[in-house]
Amino acid sequence: MMQHMTMGESSNEVGMQTDLGSAVTARGVDVYYGEKHAIKNLSVDIPAKAVTSFIGPSGCGKSTFLRCINRMNDTISICRVTGDIKLDGEDIYNPKLDVVQLRARVGMVFQKPNPFPKSIYENVAYGARIHGLTTLKADLDNLVEGSLRRASLWDEVKDRLDQTGTGLSGGQQQRLCIARAIAVSPEVILMDEPCSALDPIATARIEELIDELRQNYTIIIVTHSMQQAARVSQKTAFFHLGTLVEEGPTTTIFTTPKDKRTQDYITGRFG
Amino acid sequence: MTDLTQQISATTSGTGAVDFSSAAWQSRLHKRYAAERRFKLYGMMAIAFAGLFILFLVSDILIKGIPAFREHKLVMSLTPTQELIGNNGKTDRDSLMQADWTAVVRATIREQFPEVTSRGQRSKFYNELISLSGGDDLRGKVMADPALLGKPVKAEVLLSDDADLYFKGNVTKRAGRAASTLATPSGTTGDVTITAQGPEFISDLARIRTELGNVAKLALFETNRLKAIIPKQPADKQQSFVDQVARQEKAATDLQARASATGGKESIGSEVPSILIKANGGLIKVTELSENMVSGTVLTPLQSTDAFKAGNWQIVSLLTPEGSRKLSDQQIAWLDKMKDLGWVNSGFAWRFFTSGDSREPEQAGILGGLAGSALTMLVTLGLCLPIGVAAAIYLEEFAPKNRFTDLIEVNINNLAAVPSIVFGLLGLAVFINKFDMPRSSALVGGLVLALLVLPTIIIASRAALKAVPPSIREAALGLGASHQQAVFHHVLPLAMPGILTGTIIGMAHALGETAPLLMIGMVAFIMEAPKSLVESATVLPVQIFLWSDLPEAAFQAKTAGAIIVLLCFLFVMNGAAIWLRKKFETRW
Repeated sequence: MMQHMTMGESSNEVGMQTDLGSAVTARGVDVYYGEKHAIKNLSVDIPAKAVTSFIGPSGCGKSTFLRCINRMNDTISICRVTGDIKLDGEDIYNPKLDVVQLRARVGMVFQKPNPFPKSIYENVAYGARIHGLTTLKADLDNLVEGSLRRASLWDEVKDRLDQTGTGLSGGQQQRLCIARAIAVSPEVILMDEPCSALDPIATARIEELIDELRQNYTIIIVTHSMQQAARVSQKTAFFHLGTLVEEGPTTTIFTTPKDKRTQDYITGRFG
Repeated sequence: MTDLTQQISATTSGTGAVDFSSAAWQSRLHKRYAAERRFKLYGMMAIAFAGLFILFLVSDILIKGIPAFREHKLVMSLTPTQELIGNNGKTDRDSLMQADWTAVVRATIREQFPEVTSRGQRSKFYNELISLSGGDDLRGKVMADPALLGKPVKAEVLLSDDADLYFKGNVTKRAGRAASTLATPSGTTGDVTITAQGPEFISDLARIRTELGNVAKLALFETNRLKAIIPKQPADKQQSFVDQVARQEKAATDLQARASATGGKESIGSEVPSILIKANGGLIKVTELSENMVSGTVLTPLQSTDAFKAGNWQIVSLLTPEGSRKLSDQQIAWLDKMKDLGWVNSGFAWRFFTSGDSREPEQAGILGGLAGSALTMLVTLGLCLPIGVAAAIYLEEFAPKNRFTDLIEVNINNLAAVPSIVFGLLGLAVFINKFDMPRSSALVGGLVLALLVLPTIIIASRAALKAVPPSIREAALGLGASHQQAVFHHVLPLAMPGILTGTIIGMAHALGETAPLLMIGMVAFIMEAPKSLVESATVLPVQIFLWSDLPEAAFQAKTAGAIIVLLCFLFVMNGAAIWLRKKFETRW
């Protein structure tokens, strides 16, 4: 009952902000790692073409939920997901749905930059290659250039596309990972603490990038930095002990949180 | 008890200050450092000990094996005539192949050794000093160009293994000195006496008597041992045993009496070092000597009966008694003369690498073993690498984790520890008896070794796959790569150095494996190097095993030589493993 209220409110507010509806909707999601009940009855709407941030103390289940959205949890054999997660109204846990296709639609950027130990070009082109998006060399070149430009990395690497991606700096590597993710034209990009391994300058660049990417992509970002959530996201969801405590427009969450736990967390009393 | 508790609470509570300068603290600190120093010392001692052993092993193998890479042969001008080779004027391939080429060698030698006439002496010369394949080089040259028939051809003649060993200095040590008095021989051939003008042979006489004393001492020791076991002999044989011991004792005491004699004459038998006199271009074997006179047999005829001038003749001792070596004094005299004729050449023994096994040590080589090992390794590698890596990928990446796969994993680990001979039994039962594959073949050997090496490769490959950071896999999966694409495009290339290292280590293990191959008949004596997978073959370690069993001294050297070659291959393979790992190691 309470949840429905919250949801109703939030979707209204998001609706007012973007008018684009929800890209991802989750209803009654439970995640278990073996015996451990990691996420309890979670329901949330992720607005399209906007940045949604998940905040909360460590182990609260925000990354776990993020990885449910592109079914990366499938790789963990003891992980079990129940409930309903829809991407554009399509149930992603439908056994008929192709997980490879899902992951092409939902890209992901990880906590630690993880470029392939191959050339920068190959890193970006890989997704297009495996999905067979293009076979022409010229198309591929365009795609690589476009993706690197959108990840604002092109100017830094255009002269050394054949060098290995692992030779870049940490911030460049992370932007390369973003370029790699957007090269397959996903609808949603999941970012799991993308700046936690970076210095403040690199972080600022990534944040700028996220802000630009929001024009074309639905972005969900997990972060430990409340300032980052406040800076980059339009919607914020606060997780605690596997439950979604509170969600809403970022400004509301950070100025007038309803729940005491949210207030305590954002004011630094725990977490 | 209370004190202790207080002390502990004082130190652990954090409020009570710890007295770092107290004697107890200092002694605890000292003990900690002492323990560390002790441990380091143990480690260094262990390494030094192991290093010593390796040094000993390697130097032993090198000392024994390096002579195998050198061989002595005669290089002489041979004139192959139709009469000598006895092919009735035919020059076609087959008749040339079967002609008697050693007859040419014998004829050429006979010109320089006219005194070697009796059947016994000829046998000792031509059969024991010259290899059976002595005419092979000549045959090869004439067959390549039949026009050479009847003309002098410079060809190599292989010496026998014993002659080769003699030139390598392995038959006997020699000591010699120039004589200092004038002496006159009584003749140039047959039995002669040499009379010196002074007591030239006094030191030799003393030395021979000392040697006789040593021999007598050993003989007495042996009779005493036999005496002690007389009561244990069965009653009916006791009398004959007692007689035998008495005879031996008498012989020993006689020897002792000869050893303790002074002055007079002494005869030299085959139980003491030989004494040879080299003078006037000939060689005399001394059979009896006194202080100023010796009598002996001529081994190489003297050129004249002129008196030997002081300093112009030599007294040579062959320190190994004639009875304890393969070559007689006469044979050594012949070999020395051939050397003086300038026939003897030494060089690198390419034959060791270019010929197969042989009963004649001088002809034996490791080509058969090398070819067999290469073919066997080919089969093993061809099977092991794809199957092992595929199995590892399946088990590590795709197989469901349940009790059944756990069982498989445990069993693979156990298989790696199964004694290798068991795999040989399996190969015999399955591949040879059940599938009727040709026994002794490289194919079956490779299959058996593949079984042996598979667990090693699977374990190494799984470890290498496991070591690839999950972030790479996630990156690929996150882009929408299928599981297989993620593994084959990203995980496998990163695991490849580890997989290759494991494979090469496994192959090195297989290369040195002997026991399972004995079971499938690769231990047979095979002269020809195998040319296909189904021909009978042997492998290098089995060749080493076979040679190590043979009594000839030359085969002992060949054994060590083959071990050196095998070790070189292992070093090269392990070096390649390290190089591959370094080259393809990717940092992420």
